[in-house]
Amino acid sequence: MTAVWVVIGALALSTAALKLAGPLSLGGRPLPEWALTIVELLASALLAALVVVETFGKGRSLVLDARVLGVAFAVVAVTRRAPMIVVVLGAAAVTAVARLLS
Amino acid sequence: MEGAGERRRAGIRRGLPFGIAVFAIAVSFGVLARPVMGPVAPIVMSIFVFSGAAQFGALAVLTAGGSAGAAIAAGVLLNARYLAMGLALAPSLRGRALSRAAFAMPTVDASWAAASRGDGTFDPSYMVGVSIPQYAGWVLGTIAGVLIGPRLGDPNALGLDALFPAFFIALLFDEARGRRRLVAAGGGAGIALVLTPVVPAGLPILAAAAAAVAASRRRW
Repeated sequence: MTAVWVVIGALALSTAALKLAGPLSLGGRPLPEWALTIVELLASALLAALVVVETFGKGRSLVLDARVLGVAFAVVAVTRRAPMIVVVLGAAAVTAVARLLS
Repeated sequence: MEGAGERRRAGIRRGLPFGIAVFAIAVSFGVLARPVMGPVAPIVMSIFVFSGAAQFGALAVLTAGGSAGAAIAAGVLLNARYLAMGLALAPSLRGRALSRAAFAMPTVDASWAAASRGDGTFDPSYMVGVSIPQYAGWVLGTIAGVLIGPRLGDPNALGLDALFPAFFIALLFDEARGRRRLVAAGGGAGIALVLTPVVPAGLPILAAAAAAVAASRRRW
């Protein structure tokens, strides 16, 4: 349980630090170009990795289960510019129905 | 020229639909976090961290049995984009350090994007307004999720485990625009796929950062 509070404290502080670093260092040195480029690309790389782990991961193995259908729905909904609430709840609904039928 | 209060109210109106979606996502966060974190910690986390990507990312690592260090690292890397967003926002903020900090703290993706004037400058009062319904939705939704979670039975029967990846798909679709970001996303996905069966939980997500470094070193 202590680990959970350590995670919460560390993420609260680091999130604030990341948000405030730019606005409070105004007049200070900006990040070098190469670092800014990496920062800009980090979210894409990590979000894609999270999608993979959360869709196919089960502990330390890869599995194909009903989540895949829910995520497939999410991809279609997102490309059709559906609101986020539809994307997220639709994915859950599709997965739930697939489990009920299997 | 409208006053700051007026622009903040306009931002709140713009933020209401975001707030509703955020509420639903926060309910699922509360439901999924309670078995791992207990009833109080998820609410405290939503109040003080207020970041969907970092909270779901850290929770995913903890749920999979990863260490606190791996969960923190995943959350920090997922939030690293706030550094770039803050640097972009900085020239639009006026006043003393405390007032600049007060405007910068409520930064979240949807608000930051909505407050962009499209010429590299931002409307700080409008941004704070757009964030207000999202913050309310995030905290209230987490409380609701923690409270109803135990009555829902098996969260997987409701497909709640598909909420995580669907939420990340939605964020990714907004984020991965342009060739370099798509390459970073494809590389990150590939690294996670290859490493998941071989290394402990959490590490595949951290290792995906290498795809961002690799993509940044190429001219496209």
